[in-house]
Amino acid sequence: MAFYDKLMNLDRRYVYVAMALAVAVPLFIPFQVPIYTTPEVKSVYDFVENLKEGDRFLLAIDYDPNAMAELHPMALTITRQCFAKGVKLFFVTLSQNAPGLAEQLVSRMSKEFNKKNGVDYVYLGYKPYPALVILSMGQNFRISFPMDYYGTPVDSMPIMQGVRNYDDMKGIIAFEAGWVADSWIQNANGRYRAEVALGVTGVMAADYYPYIQSKQIFGLMGGLKGAAEYETLASAKERIASRGMKVQTITHIVVILFIIIGNIGFFMSKRKQI
Amino acid sequence: METGEILWNGLAVFLTLCIFSILYKDNPFYKLAEHLVVGVSAGYFAIILYYNSFIPKVWVPIVQQHQWYYIVPTVLGILMWTRFSRKRSWISRYPISAYMGIGMGVAIPVAMQALILVPLSATMQPMGFTSLALFNNLLVAAGVLCALVYFFFSKEHVGTFGALAKIGIWTLMVGFGAGFGLTVMGRVSLLIERFIFMKDYFTNILGL
Repeated sequence: MAFYDKLMNLDRRYVYVAMALAVAVPLFIPFQVPIYTTPEVKSVYDFVENLKEGDRFLLAIDYDPNAMAELHPMALTITRQCFAKGVKLFFVTLSQNAPGLAEQLVSRMSKEFNKKNGVDYVYLGYKPYPALVILSMGQNFRISFPMDYYGTPVDSMPIMQGVRNYDDMKGIIAFEAGWVADSWIQNANGRYRAEVALGVTGVMAADYYPYIQSKQIFGLMGGLKGAAEYETLASAKERIASRGMKVQTITHIVVILFIIIGNIGFFMSKRKQI
Repeated sequence: METGEILWNGLAVFLTLCIFSILYKDNPFYKLAEHLVVGVSAGYFAIILYYNSFIPKVWVPIVQQHQWYYIVPTVLGILMWTRFSRKRSWISRYPISAYMGIGMGVAIPVAMQALILVPLSATMQPMGFTSLALFNNLLVAAGVLCALVYFFFSKEHVGTFGALAKIGIWTLMVGFGAGFGLTVMGRVSLLIERFIFMKDYFTNILGL
């Protein structure tokens, strides 16, 4: 069998081993890669940085544990930045496997910054049918969330005094791993003209760049790279995403090499047939 | 690390390795992990739905606040379950129809505006060659037009029309390439996080 035929018929398990080594080995070698920030991530950072103490901001934690690797670092960094500035945060989750995850983030951050539930932040919890919840929140948060996640009536909370709907929020950042991102754009921005930014997984990022062009979202953080860029901009104390970027660089080089090898094998075997 | 953390994180590491074992071949460990994740997710969702949806949106309004109009959607929701009965499944068509009608009425106008009209207006920007921004707008408009030409199959793709369709294909391919690259990054990120988790676990266990 010719060499290029062997390339075309390479057992995929060799590729898996190569990828595993490409991920594991860089973790033990200390080196850094530069992280360059992009305008779409900077616009999110600038928006949050320009918030003042007492401003209200909505964070939607709409990802499952399977997207935690990419979205949790950006959610942590933005929550830290907001709490450090004294911004009042409203947390909501529209993904069925996210309530516990969001509650973990909220409790951890509130303890770190000594923030009080109902005064400095509120965790509204989860409700099904994201499109309808987003629409109802545009009229009044209380339609979908008469109580918070812990069962406390929202009207008894000082933070909810004078808060009705998106008009009372400076903006919304939605951390999305699925189609709910479209609902935020269509309903919150499209119908109620709320300022929306998205933090999405790498798989989804390419689909949402057109919305920056059309100014339907004011910023986009895509995948682990977006999270690493935000951590760099915010000079985050916990650089979870940035740790992974050096490994990303090596694995991407390995993937590119495999693509080149595969294409060489393909064209050589095609030439042989001719 | 506390004992509880060691045990739970150890279980997470074990299940991670069980999932990875499918890369070699199918085996009982992979099946165990797969069934566990499906069962735990279903159970978790059922409880979340009960406390976050049923109690505040059905039990409290009807039983405690006597808002009797909540009975109508509650009955419609219960009738959906008749889908599982061979004899009575026709009843579920009514709540499904109501649900579809409301969904379409809510979704179509906003989708038309947010997915078609607004992005369309974003292609109608000042264009030119005098600055990068103007040239970018020109590229966007040209790419959109050529990609739309490619999908017009009522005319044969020959001559000038064919050339425009070819440019459309290349535009689409650039987009797909960007999507593929981001997908690779996304999938690798998940793998990196798992490896970092396992590395941190063993590092803490061994006291390194």
